[in-house]
Formats: sequence, structure tokens, C-alpha cells
Amino acid sequence: MHSIRSKKILAPGINEIEIDAFEIAQKAKAGQFVIVIADEKGERIPLTLAGWNPKNGTIKLIFQEVGHSTKTLAQLKLGDNIHAILGPLGKPTEIKNVGTVVCIGGGVGIAEVYPVSRAFKNEGNEVIGIIGSRSKDLIFLEKEMKDTCDQLYVTTDDGSYGQKGLVTEVLNKLFQAHKHIDVVYAIGPVPMMAAVAEYTRPLKIKTIVNLNPIMVDATGMCGACRVTVGGKTYFGCVDGPEFDGHLVDFKELRSRLNLFKEQEECLNKRCPSKNLKNG
Amino acid sequence: MSQQKMPKQKPEERVKNFFEVALGFSKEQALLEAKRCLQCKKPFCVEGCPVQINIPAFIKLIAEGKFEEAIKKIKEKNNLPAVCGRVCPQETQCEAVCILNKKKMAINIGSLERFAADHETTTRKITGSNKATKSDKVAVVGSGPAGLTAAADLAKLEYNVTMFESLHLPGGVLMYGIPEFRLPKKIVLQEVEYIKSLGVDFRPNVLIGKTYTIDELFKQGFKAIFVAVGAGLPQFMRIPGENANRVYSANEFLTRMNLMKAYKFPEYATPINIGEKIAVVGAGNVAFDCARVAMRLGKDVTLVYRRSEQEMPARAEEIENAREEGLKFKLLTQPTEILVDDKGFVNGMKCLQMQLGEPDASGRRRPIPIKNSEFILDVDTVIVAIGQNPNPLLYKSTPKLKVNEEGTIWVDENLMTSIPGVFAGGDIITGADTVISAMGAGKKAAAAIDNYLKKVK
Repeated sequence: MHSIRSKKILAPGINEIEIDAFEIAQKAKAGQFVIVIADEKGERIPLTLAGWNPKNGTIKLIFQEVGHSTKTLAQLKLGDNIHAILGPLGKPTEIKNVGTVVCIGGGVGIAEVYPVSRAFKNEGNEVIGIIGSRSKDLIFLEKEMKDTCDQLYVTTDDGSYGQKGLVTEVLNKLFQAHKHIDVVYAIGPVPMMAAVAEYTRPLKIKTIVNLNPIMVDATGMCGACRVTVGGKTYFGCVDGPEFDGHLVDFKELRSRLNLFKEQEECLNKRCPSKNLKNG
Repeated sequence: MSQQKMPKQKPEERVKNFFEVALGFSKEQALLEAKRCLQCKKPFCVEGCPVQINIPAFIKLIAEGKFEEAIKKIKEKNNLPAVCGRVCPQETQCEAVCILNKKKMAINIGSLERFAADHETTTRKITGSNKATKSDKVAVVGSGPAGLTAAADLAKLEYNVTMFESLHLPGGVLMYGIPEFRLPKKIVLQEVEYIKSLGVDFRPNVLIGKTYTIDELFKQGFKAIFVAVGAGLPQFMRIPGENANRVYSANEFLTRMNLMKAYKFPEYATPINIGEKIAVVGAGNVAFDCARVAMRLGKDVTLVYRRSEQEMPARAEEIENAREEGLKFKLLTQPTEILVDDKGFVNGMKCLQMQLGEPDASGRRRPIPIKNSEFILDVDTVIVAIGQNPNPLLYKSTPKLKVNEEGTIWVDENLMTSIPGVFAGGDIITGADTVISAMGAGKKAAAAIDNYLKKVK
């Protein structure tokens, strides 16, 4: 039984839930994800693990209400059961002492970059955090990130908090200040990850991105999560979710993420689908 | 006496719904068909059955009207009779060697098996008895046909069996792969209920290799492990454009439709996005399943295959059913590129016309491209159904497990892998094959595990 133990709203539309998931909590590592089915008729959606507590046997998920499934999940109350959770899935982040790591989280990716930042810090790295969002009210986990990172930068698109502008502008400032960087880790919206990779490419800084393609089974069975990396097709669920940002075909990823846009809108409105007939 | 044929839904009706195509024998038909059996002293049909059901004996019981005893007789050997009665290729197995097949009058063994199984489910609640008296714990990894069969046999041998499944529902390919109209999911779940009633503990949403490793299962006290994780890795054509939107692997298309019930969207939240003109590439049973599902969504569907009809690996019956339902065929056709529009969606498929040359290693005539025969097939959706490979996830997390070149798990003649106590069977050791051959492997594995556990004591 995956019952909801605690529930918090971190920012408008951004929820944090802590769920009983003993087995997953024992095995989880930074960078991994789970498949969640909110209710009996729900779809299987991948969510990156935002935290786990082996002792309590709980995992923490932070998600943005963007579609039907995340909205359904957000409506569950304390003590309610989540229909199914599978995990931990995907390869964990390779955490080594490499020197200086810049950890970038954009949007709901702020939640996901936090455990990765912590893991890099615990391994003895200098960790520079950059978290960015549209505006001030969508910045969360700032204190946790501040306590974890050696330095933390906050950006907002509208300048309502921290630095106005994109996360790449912070990267640029660090570069201008001759800051030596060994690895950049980025998780968040596709355009953000693409921009980070574009920025670091000429500088030849190793850049890891954590991708979020559409998945179904997430065990390597369906291929919905195909991503092109270095001209080769990989399955995000089992080969990833992390890849070399300089080799990822972000344009294809972005296009594939839009595959069910129309259906998603239909689902939100509960309209009868024009294409499909019931059996 | 003439052969009895199962009634079917009319093609023009069934192509508009997901209800079962074949409707099953009536009691009268079953009696008539069973009475045709010659009750051979040396029955070839039993040898033709991968799980050696005593076919003449159960048919005799049907002929005598003893339907409940007939299903008991079947279940001595076969734990999934309602499934096998529907999806087994009897025409190449038991029925192929039936003595009456010489006159093309073979007994409809599959239909009789289905009749006996369905008679039981419609007349009473099926329960086995939980006899798990032995303290030895056995883990079964995967709940497809091989796993279900092994779990049931091991439970009947009084072992304490836990069956792990990565998906949220049991049945493996029976749930995600084979469509509702060929194998209703209710039937699969009934069969699983029977196996659970034998004392098998079913644990969904556990991915062995991730949630637990093989080593951890041993540490939890399992004395033997049966790996039956199937051939779940989809093959793609490796041609340009294959990652375009609306290109699906057969696995993805079928999983969305069957397991996740996308055909009932938006009641069920899993969507599917397909256009109006669908190409299904391949000609095995899976390809026909995809094509027939797509037709039930009201689409214009073309099956694209590089050889001719003669070489198609699908069951003759399924090819016929699909043709009746209006499937178009584009044979001797090899896709070379999927064309993509500026939004990343499929916009036609470039193909080459082929001709047949000399037979190749598979014994089938090799398709050879005809020069300058390139043309564009007007389609907006492509479903790739050219085969599945063994799923490598488990052995990638188990370095000690010896793996063959083709990606199957190495086993000895008793289905034991390179790790003592770990057995494997079904598609993970053979590559993609039929439900019944996986069940045969499940039976063999259960017996081998029993022997092994008796020896190590």
C-alpha cells in the first residue's frame, strides 16, 4: 500500500507528497525515478525521486500539475493510496569526486536537482547551485539548496526574485569570473537543458542532462521514450535518464514530448474523443 | 460427421468493437465434435502438445457430457486452458498430427479445450487448494505464460511460491500484448485467480534487477529462482525517421491499447495518437494484432511485408480474420525511410519493391530489392512489428548470469542458468516464441526446480 503520509504545496501548482514505499526507499539513489499510477484507470507516468527515507520507508515526490495525471495525483488526500508505484528506475547519477560541479534545476527540476546536489556535495565536491523559474512564487527548496551548495544562485525570468534572466546567464558570469568548472548537471524544461548544453559545448565542460521523455512501462519494453544521443537511439527509461547533454537531440525530444498534447487537452476537458470508439 | 466450426462475430460488426471474435462452441457442438474423436490407442495429438495434455481422455469426457471432469483432466497438465484454447496454434501442433487431418478433418481440439475451460468458469467459481506445506520459498520472476505455469506447478508441488511482476497487472504478454478480441482480459485474470488460489503470492510493481537483485532474493530466503522475463525488447527497422511522432513499436501500441485500455480513452487516462492511414510493418501474429486493433479504431490499415503471403509467420486463421475485416496488404515491400513533416510527425513512408530469390537460412525465399522501384506509401502512422528480443534488464543487473550472443540467457539441459539455483525459461532463453512453448518451459522448469531442491536438501 502506498499511502500518502504528508502533503505540502511548495508553490502554486507544485506539490510535494511523501508516500509509503518501503522497498523503493531502501534502494533509491540520486537521479533515479519511479513510475506512478494515480488511480485504477490512470496512466503510467515517470516522476523523478525528490527524496527518500530508508528508515521511515518513504519516498518524496515533487511534481507540477501540468496534465490530467499530475492533477489527479494532486487531488489525493492525506492517507489516500496511490494505485501503483514501480521503482527505483533508471541508472543513478554517477557520483564521484570530480572537483567543482554546477547543479542546475529549472522549474519543477529544482526539486530534482536537490538530491543530486546533495550527493555531489557528500562526495566532497565543490557544488555551485543554480535554480531558476518563471517568477518568485515558483522558487522553492531555496533554503535546502543554500544549505547544501557552496554557492547558490537564483534566477527568475521576470526578475521578481534573484537575478533576472536565464540560468545560462549565471553560467556565463561564472565563466567571465574565470571560475573553473568540471561538470555541469542540468535538469528541467527541455529548452533550458538545451541552452545549458549549447553554452557549455564550446567550453568543453562535461554536461549531464536528466531527460524526461514520455514512458509507458519504463522497463525497456515499449520504446516510447526513444531519444537520439550522438546519432544513436537510446531508451530513456533504461539507458538513461541521464545523457551527455552535448550529444542529445533536444529538438526531437521536444517534438516527441508534444505527441499527446491534443489528447491531454481533451482529457482535461473530459470531452468525448472524436477519433476513438469504445469496445 | 462433419467438423464443427466455432461461430464468429460477422467481420463487418466485429471490426467495430473489441469483443471476442470467436464465440465458442455451444454444448451441442462440443458434444458432436468430441464424438468424432477416434480415441486412438497411440494418440499423436498428445505428442504434438507442448504440455502433453491427455487429449483423447478429456475429449472422451466431453463426449460423455462430463464437462467438469474434462477440465480437471486438462488441468492435470495445463494451468491456463482458457488461454490455450484461444491462442495456441493447434493447426501446427496437436491438430496437425491428428490422424483425421489426413482427410483435412482434424478434431477441433483447441475449440474443445476452450469449451471445457469456459464451461467451468461460467458454472462455478474456480478455486484450487492451497497446499503450500513445504517451507522452501521459490521466486518466479515474470507473470507471463512461462511464469504462471511454473508458479502453478510449483504450488501444486507444495512449494511456497512468490511471483514478481514489474507491471501493475499479472499475465505478461497475455495482458499487454494479445488484444481483447482474441483473448479477453477477464479470462486471463480468471486463470490468474486460479493460480493464486493454489497458494501463489502475487507481487505486482516489483522489477527484479531494480527493486531487488537476484542476490537479494537469495538473501530473503528464496531457495530457487525462475527467471521468465520474456522477450520484451522491441526491434526497430533502423531507418531514417523512425523516431518521428506516430511511429510506435508494436509493444508500445499494444501496451497502450490492451494493458492501459487506450481504446477506452478518456475513461482510461492513457492516450494514443494515431492518424487515419496506418502502416503496420511485419507479418507475424503481433503485426496482425496491431493491424486488427487499429482497424477497430476505424482506421485505414495496410500491412507492409517484405516477403509474400506464403512466408508470413502469422497463424493462417489470423490472416484470414484480418482479411475479412478489411486489412489491406502491401507485400514484397520494404520500408527504407519514414518521411517526417516540419512538426516531427510521420508524413509518408518510402519503400522499395522486392522480389523473392533463393531460400535463406530460415528456409524462406529471400527478398531482394528491385532496382528503381522506390515509391512512397501515403501513411501518417507507422507501427513497427518486426519482432522482439529478450529483455536484457535483468541480466544487465546480474553480471554473473551467462548470456548467449543473441541476448538470450544461457541454460543447461535442466534450464538452470550459470548461477546455481537460478533457472530460466520461455522467451528469455529462446527469443520470441508462442505462449504454449513458454508454458512448456514453465512446466519443465518447475520439475527441474523440484529436483534441484530435493538434491540440495
